[in-house]
Amino acid sequence: MRKAASEATTHPVLIFWIAAGWVGFFLLPWYGVEDGFLSFGWLFDGYPFDEDFAPAAFLIAQGEKLWLSPMLLPLIAPLFVLGRRKSDAPYSAVLIVAGGFGFAWLIAQGFGIGIRGFTYDWLNAVFGELGDRQFGMGYGALVLASSFLFLFTQGIAARGAINGDVFVVSAIGGVIVVVATFVFFPIARMLFAAFISDEGGYSMGVFFSKFFDDRLWGIGCFWGARCGAALNSFFLAVCVATITTSLGLAFALIVTRSGFRFNRALRALTVLPIITPPFVISLALILLFGLSGTVTTFFADLFGTQPTRWLYGMPGVMIAQTLAYTPIAFLVLIGVVEGVSPSMEEAAQTLRADRWQTFKTVSLPLMRPGLANAFLLGFIESMADFGNPLVLGGNFDVLSTEIFFAIVGAQYDQGRAAVLAMVLLFFTLSAFFAQRRWLGKKSYTTVTGKGDSGVHPLMPRRLAWPVFIIAGLWGTFTVIVYGMIVFGSFVELWGVSNTLTFKHYITAFSVGWTEHGLHWSGSAWDSFFTTIYIAAAAAPLTAALGLVTAYLLTRQTFAGKNAFEFGTMLSFAIPGTVIGVSYILAFNVPPIEITGTGIILIVSFIFRNMPVGVRAGIASMSQLDKSLDESSLTLGANSWQTFRRVILPLLRPAILAALVFSFVRAMTAISAVIFLVSAQYNMATSYIIGRVENNDYGLAIAYATTLIFVMLAAVAFLQLIVGRTQIGRRTQFVTGR
Amino acid sequence: MAETRITGKAAPVSFRGVSKVFGKDVVAVEKIDLDVEVGKLVTLLGPSGCGKTTMLRMIAGLEMATTGKILIGDKDVTLLPATDRDVSMVFQSYALFPHMTVLENVSYGLGFSGFAKAEARARAQAGLDLVGLKGYDERLPSELSGGQQQRVAVARALVLEPQVLLFDEPLSNLDAKLRRQVREDIRAIQQDLGLTVVYVTHDQEEALAVSDEIVVMRNAAIAQIGTPRELYDAPADAFVADFIGEANLIPCRIEAVEGETAEISVDGYRYRLASRGLAAGPAKLAVRPERIDLGGGEGFDATIAKATYVGVRMEYSLTTSFGSMFAVQDDVQRPLETGSKVKVSFKSAGPVLIPREAA
Repeated sequence: MRKAASEATTHPVLIFWIAAGWVGFFLLPWYGVEDGFLSFGWLFDGYPFDEDFAPAAFLIAQGEKLWLSPMLLPLIAPLFVLGRRKSDAPYSAVLIVAGGFGFAWLIAQGFGIGIRGFTYDWLNAVFGELGDRQFGMGYGALVLASSFLFLFTQGIAARGAINGDVFVVSAIGGVIVVVATFVFFPIARMLFAAFISDEGGYSMGVFFSKFFDDRLWGIGCFWGARCGAALNSFFLAVCVATITTSLGLAFALIVTRSGFRFNRALRALTVLPIITPPFVISLALILLFGLSGTVTTFFADLFGTQPTRWLYGMPGVMIAQTLAYTPIAFLVLIGVVEGVSPSMEEAAQTLRADRWQTFKTVSLPLMRPGLANAFLLGFIESMADFGNPLVLGGNFDVLSTEIFFAIVGAQYDQGRAAVLAMVLLFFTLSAFFAQRRWLGKKSYTTVTGKGDSGVHPLMPRRLAWPVFIIAGLWGTFTVIVYGMIVFGSFVELWGVSNTLTFKHYITAFSVGWTEHGLHWSGSAWDSFFTTIYIAAAAAPLTAALGLVTAYLLTRQTFAGKNAFEFGTMLSFAIPGTVIGVSYILAFNVPPIEITGTGIILIVSFIFRNMPVGVRAGIASMSQLDKSLDESSLTLGANSWQTFRRVILPLLRPAILAALVFSFVRAMTAISAVIFLVSAQYNMATSYIIGRVENNDYGLAIAYATTLIFVMLAAVAFLQLIVGRTQIGRRTQFVTGR
Repeated sequence: MAETRITGKAAPVSFRGVSKVFGKDVVAVEKIDLDVEVGKLVTLLGPSGCGKTTMLRMIAGLEMATTGKILIGDKDVTLLPATDRDVSMVFQSYALFPHMTVLENVSYGLGFSGFAKAEARARAQAGLDLVGLKGYDERLPSELSGGQQQRVAVARALVLEPQVLLFDEPLSNLDAKLRRQVREDIRAIQQDLGLTVVYVTHDQEEALAVSDEIVVMRNAAIAQIGTPRELYDAPADAFVADFIGEANLIPCRIEAVEGETAEISVDGYRYRLASRGLAAGPAKLAVRPERIDLGGGEGFDATIAKATYVGVRMEYSLTTSFGSMFAVQDDVQRPLETGSKVKVSFKSAGPVLIPREAA
């Protein structure tokens, strides 16, 4: 006989979170510890009485930070419901009120009281000057906030929400809070920053003067002057999206419709953008077409002309982005082209359409939504790209780099950066909306329905020739560019001294042997280890958050699910530069004060890459029949046990994929990172950019090559493991033998 | 060691005014009252979309009733989630966990019911024994045939000794020959252990074969409840008559009613049968195709429109003055010619009057 949980009077989960709250309040240092999240020097440094490291209870006992004391009430209140049944009315009421009040008070005091006492003037007006201050929250606050949050969600669950499922309600609550904190809050902060005038007040005028700036919307380029950054970005993105979609379609057609023998090699191409730091292509282009590039000098010698700087500007950026994002379009379009049901095409052929007519009247129209999807993806990628315009942009201003210069350059204008970021966000979000509106949920569901035993027809001949020629040329070009990257890393000084050398690798990665043991003397080691460390720390968190979110989205129904889904996928459409700026603005001051730490990098990676984990999770979870969960539930497992014992083991490949991809993406990211790095936590990509700015191309390329090979190894490792685990997995769905 | 046996702990199930509304206005089940007795196999039968699977899932706790009460035993379980109900379910797709062996699958639920490892194992093996899969412990579900997977799913549900065992179209993924076999196995186990079983199917033959009682559903409501024989012989309305087996619906006229007996006329042919509370006047008659006699001396006129030989019998399409009819005759040696005129009469206990629809 099963004992119903609703009749139990001991609640281990509740006890755990109450205990956590007490630990957070009475034992852990309330405020952030300066030395870093994972340093424990504070234990021996005046803890628990020193003001910097004291737990909240000790602070109050010493008569300080008295505004923390009201949180004692919601800490004590839940103790009274411990012996009660979940179905008793006071159980849920007490938990909801205690958790809700505690959490709200914690947030309110965090925002209300900052480094200079009260944050808002009206608080000064009401309560008078505070005469005290506080810094960013630390372990204690973090643990206590979690405790309050999960007490609250347990109260909600006890009221019967989602069948009273504590795990699901808590997971929803947790995801909402972290996404709100690390996506919506910083973006909101940034939007407000756009309205702040030099005197510190809010004003619409400031916003409008910055918004209608000629540097943003100017159309001078039609008569020889310069265009505004917004228009530049838009034109560039449209061009890049068009070209990548066409090229991607050409490659996809070759793979699926041409009997071409090297399909696997072509498919391997799709891995390139994942493992290539975004600006590396630009470096290779400089080696080829730059002022002292191979091709440039060759033609200059041939025709006796002066080499020009044509590469720096729109043409260069466009070529680089096209090279970088064509594989992404290819990846999307393979699925689309394969998704066209062969029996439709066969039907058309039996109705006397020839191959070309079939393609034109049936295949192409069926691919249209997929083409739109690829176009919008290319648009978003190009808009958000930061590395290539930074290296190749020259006088061609685009939004993402302008944001960077507004914050980092001599102008230091937060308001301008915020306005630019808003415009950029507007473009990418519009594309994101359009994508979701047109394609809806189609992109998630795998091709289901009746088995389709048909065969795709070959491409019509009049299409095949141009497709092969274009794809062949572009493929060759891609290979040359990547060859250049490897080759360039061995050349001493490109265009000047073409002797081959290991010099750059030695500078970057030399290892010395001293009496203290191994000495990592190369200049790149520092940033390399930081990158690995940060990426490795972010990857499991990203995967976990992504998979839990995917589980909630595919397996549970709850009010507001659409908004929930939208919120979690949104960060996909937020360009890295926007994230970077907003994080600086939001997390430089209490209550969350993490700029300059490794945490901010980890956090930014988690939320930048979360959609990847969510998508991977959704894709593989929708392949698992829902009756698996249901049978587990009817067999007496609760939803957490079902998640752990049934879903997770079946998702092992998806988990690995999410792990490796978030690791790799964290290593290649540059746009958000460049705002968030500090002297202590420098990342590989920003280090390389720094080398490029010093014209130290050799070292930059050598470092980039190393990164590419490290990541190639990671992806290959993944292939190896996933390839193995998939055996014996799919067969389940074939009944009988 | 004492032999581990699987026993039944059956309990009755009751629906009290249960409705289920999906979203805002999609009514899947409307105000249903139903009592499933202890140890009975009750089938929910109906066309797709009639709400039968929703009913089943509400018993399981996978869907929650919008209004009304559900009782298992004498306990109100309306608000209990699936995890906390003492109910197990066999799924249409079997839903065996592909990453666990047969034995792990079967003992999965026992682990959550507080059984020690050794006992869970013994029980799981007893369950496998019961369904005739001894020695398959270490196989993966993917290494079993469809019928074997099905039996593992049954064993997995049985070993928990649930108060109610639910089957959601358990035979629909099996081929025709296996279906009869598994159907009989399920019925035998149910009767041996005295289980309360609620069984969903859209196959009327399957329902007739396994059930103690059949609940015919239509448009989110119950059309009729009864034993297989009651449903077949005395359908409550035209829908049930047509859904359970095949039936010709023929317009007739009740000429006179004497007590329980009515005399009807069809195109001049007179016949006496149970009145079922109807008064004189026009009425509808349901006649099973195999309860029709062709070519006798009396009856009403018909023309053979089509004659089909299907091996064990002859099937005829007839044209009559009121429309077309379908009849089955056992005599395959001397088939009737297409186009010939015949007299149609009813066998004894053949036709049944359809009560007027409460429209």
